[in-house]
Amino acid sequence: MATKQTRTLARLMMAPAVILLLIWMIVPLSMTIWYSFQNYNLLNPMTRGFAGFFNYEYFYTDPAFFQAISNTLILVLGVLAITVIGGILLALLLDQPIFGQGIVRILIISPFFVMPPVAALVWKNMIMHPGYGVLADISRFFGLQPVDWFAQFPLTSIIIIVAWQWLPFATLILLTALQSLDEEQKEAAEMDGANFLNRFWYLTLPHLARAITVVILIQTIFLLAVYAEILVTTNGGPGYASTNLAFLIYRTALLSYDVGGASAGGVIAVILANIVAIFLMRAVGRNLDR
Amino acid sequence: MARSISTRRKIIVTLAAWGVAFVIFFPILYMLITSLKTEAEAIAGISLIPSFTFENYVEVQTQRDYFKPFLNSVIISVGSTLVALLIAVPAAWSMAFSPTRRTKDILMWMLSTKMMPAVGVLVPLFLIFRDTGLLDTRVGLTLVLTLVNLPIVVWMLYTYFREIPGEILEAARMDGASLAGEIIYVLTPMAVPGIASTMLLNIILAWNEAFWTLRLTTSSAAPLTAFIASFSSPQGLFWAKLSAASTLAIAPILIMGWFSQRQLVRGLTFGAVK
Amino acid sequence: MGNITLNNVRKTFGSTEVIPGIDLEIADGEFVVFVGPSGCGKSTLLRLIAGLEDLTSGMISIDGREVTDEPPAKRGLAMVFQSYALYPHMSVYNNIAFPLKMAKLDKASIDKTVRAAAETLNLTPYLDRRPGQLSGGQRQRVAIGRAIVRQPGAFLFDEPLSNLDAALRGTMRLEISELHQHLKTTMIYVTHDQVEAMTMADKIVVLNAGNIEQVGSPLELYRSPRNLFVAGFIGSPRMNLISGGEAERLDAATIGVRPEHLNLSTESGKWKGTVGVAEHLGSDTFLHVHADGLGQLTVRADGEFPVHHGDTVWLTPEPERVHRFNAGGEAIR
Repeated sequence: MATKQTRTLARLMMAPAVILLLIWMIVPLSMTIWYSFQNYNLLNPMTRGFAGFFNYEYFYTDPAFFQAISNTLILVLGVLAITVIGGILLALLLDQPIFGQGIVRILIISPFFVMPPVAALVWKNMIMHPGYGVLADISRFFGLQPVDWFAQFPLTSIIIIVAWQWLPFATLILLTALQSLDEEQKEAAEMDGANFLNRFWYLTLPHLARAITVVILIQTIFLLAVYAEILVTTNGGPGYASTNLAFLIYRTALLSYDVGGASAGGVIAVILANIVAIFLMRAVGRNLDR
Repeated sequence: MARSISTRRKIIVTLAAWGVAFVIFFPILYMLITSLKTEAEAIAGISLIPSFTFENYVEVQTQRDYFKPFLNSVIISVGSTLVALLIAVPAAWSMAFSPTRRTKDILMWMLSTKMMPAVGVLVPLFLIFRDTGLLDTRVGLTLVLTLVNLPIVVWMLYTYFREIPGEILEAARMDGASLAGEIIYVLTPMAVPGIASTMLLNIILAWNEAFWTLRLTTSSAAPLTAFIASFSSPQGLFWAKLSAASTLAIAPILIMGWFSQRQLVRGLTFGAVK
Repeated sequence: MGNITLNNVRKTFGSTEVIPGIDLEIADGEFVVFVGPSGCGKSTLLRLIAGLEDLTSGMISIDGREVTDEPPAKRGLAMVFQSYALYPHMSVYNNIAFPLKMAKLDKASIDKTVRAAAETLNLTPYLDRRPGQLSGGQRQRVAIGRAIVRQPGAFLFDEPLSNLDAALRGTMRLEISELHQHLKTTMIYVTHDQVEAMTMADKIVVLNAGNIEQVGSPLELYRSPRNLFVAGFIGSPRMNLISGGEAERLDAATIGVRPEHLNLSTESGKWKGTVGVAEHLGSDTFLHVHADGLGQLTVRADGEFPVHHGDTVWLTPEPERVHRFNAGGEAIR
């Protein structure tokens, strides 16, 4: 539209969204930062006072904190590895001519639409359960001792559940990107004497690079915040074995009622997320310039 | 593909694909099957043939009042979607059709608000909700979900609006349409599919949201996420019923999801992949 | 009805001056073609006349009435866009009816007018279809139909044939010319294709970087190009331009002679050369000749001329057909 459109009208139309998001950003975050420097425990709401960096120190010296950070990283990297590699393989598979393509696609993307509590409980009770689960039955069939997944491999179990949920997302995105690869380019490469592996390495993979970056960045944002799956299966245990940063903060806030401590943890989580965010913005921003 | 793929190759690939699809879909399938078993059957061991009883679906409502959390889910999903649209359509509109130098920065900033981890603001939000009486209310939950998904809605609409060719609007202007005429007769009909896609995706995201719906509700406003999550502690063995409840909880969204694959890609990558 | 005048029209985009100042008169009923290379401002000029862009300064009048500040709808013009810009969600019928609907005509009149236009353009069997279901040529006719029903003072065409294949382009060119003869309405047509310009125009406006290089009938531009730019732009294949000794002999910095005005002989002539590439079309023969001391010249011979790569030929220019240009690129009369 030409410049006839009044600038004020345009600003008015944007105002509600901008103002609401501004408030949503600033108010709670400032409060979190404020609380992080306060001595505030909901069990003793009367004793309040400035705590300086005490909460941060407390978090820093808490062994659970480092385990939580480490678990968070393992969780994120584990899921990323499974979904990106699995996603590429699945995308390559789905790109082939198949009978019943549509149904295959529907089946493969389904896990993404299952709400986290359901996904977690199905895996916990029906697949991984050492007594009644499918994997247990299969192990017994082969004469092996069934694995008690959530007791022996708590974090790994969570990784499997979350990866199962996010694999469709990665697959869809990579498949979309794969299908945008010019058929003629592939044919030209074939004429140039490239076999399938060559074509994959020199042509397909670079083309997918951007999509892979987007998948990694967007998934990371969501993976840093995995919560419901842990709540519903292990509750962070045994001990802190499957506690990530988000869960630790939740425990501190609503189980220990330590508002100050949880707020300090919250600030740390925000900083961590922002680091990833910077990279994501750049990737998306480049797209905007098109 | 001009060259004919040998049917033999196609069959092999088809078998591989169906095999993988079966394995991935298995948990959902098994849940569906279990929901049709009796409780005794459910723990009797792996069996793919249930007795096709619907008693669990009935009991899920009679014993646990499934309908209430279901209604809550519907209200907050649809509600937050409508409110988000109300706010986002004008915003995306003005950014797509009257862009300024600041437009890109504003969009990127909106994107950044989505990246803030929920736990970072769990404490203040919980306390504010508690003190203002919004805790465990559908209104409060709807408000939060609106804000949480607003960036995605704005971005999706923005990318859809930008795809409307400017020349068509100019043609309408040459044809004598006033600004209102342009909007009513040309712009809106062309924007409707994009708006519908955005609505679909947002309902899905809101329905499946599993942090705020768990932490800001207790009983009256608890949607299906909280309802299912409450069964995490093994109070007796009733997996058939749990399966029935779960199947009901995911069925509508699963079906919606099957129809919104492209929207998913566009919406969750903020248009970076189309 | 369709008399259009431009007075000192200027257009700046940001800090770039796209059109530095144009004066132009278009008489009622003329078929005027704006032609020039990409980026010369021809589309911008069209859009300024249409009212889709605002002037930076200057004045536009239609039939004596100043329209500089008026919106497109009030100027009484109709435009056919390069991409046709059809409304994808409306049927062909509704697409054509749209301007009449905006003009608030009654249903009966709209129906009559739309069907008449459809009849003229052979669109009657497609009235219920959507643009997505039509071929490129059909879509273009719908775009033209939409323009016709407005009964405008002038039609504006923005490179309407660029999206069509060569065969279709030829057919549509004829149809548009016939339409012009039938309706006798002013038509302003923008194209980068000089063949379209030459075959369709009453008057050609040659544009280069926002400036009018020359205005005239096709044959005027062909016979008497005012400068090197027009000389090189009009005529296919391009006019041969020679500088150096030969030019100085005729008191010019550069001389030009069109391929069709070089007489070809295998025995004798003024300039000797070796044939490089020979193009035998049957109806014509085009030879690209390396002429001694003059560089590469293109020659056109009527019918078949059995000469091949490496043969020696002699070229003689027809003396009245040699154009002389001074150091500044302007034609010397």
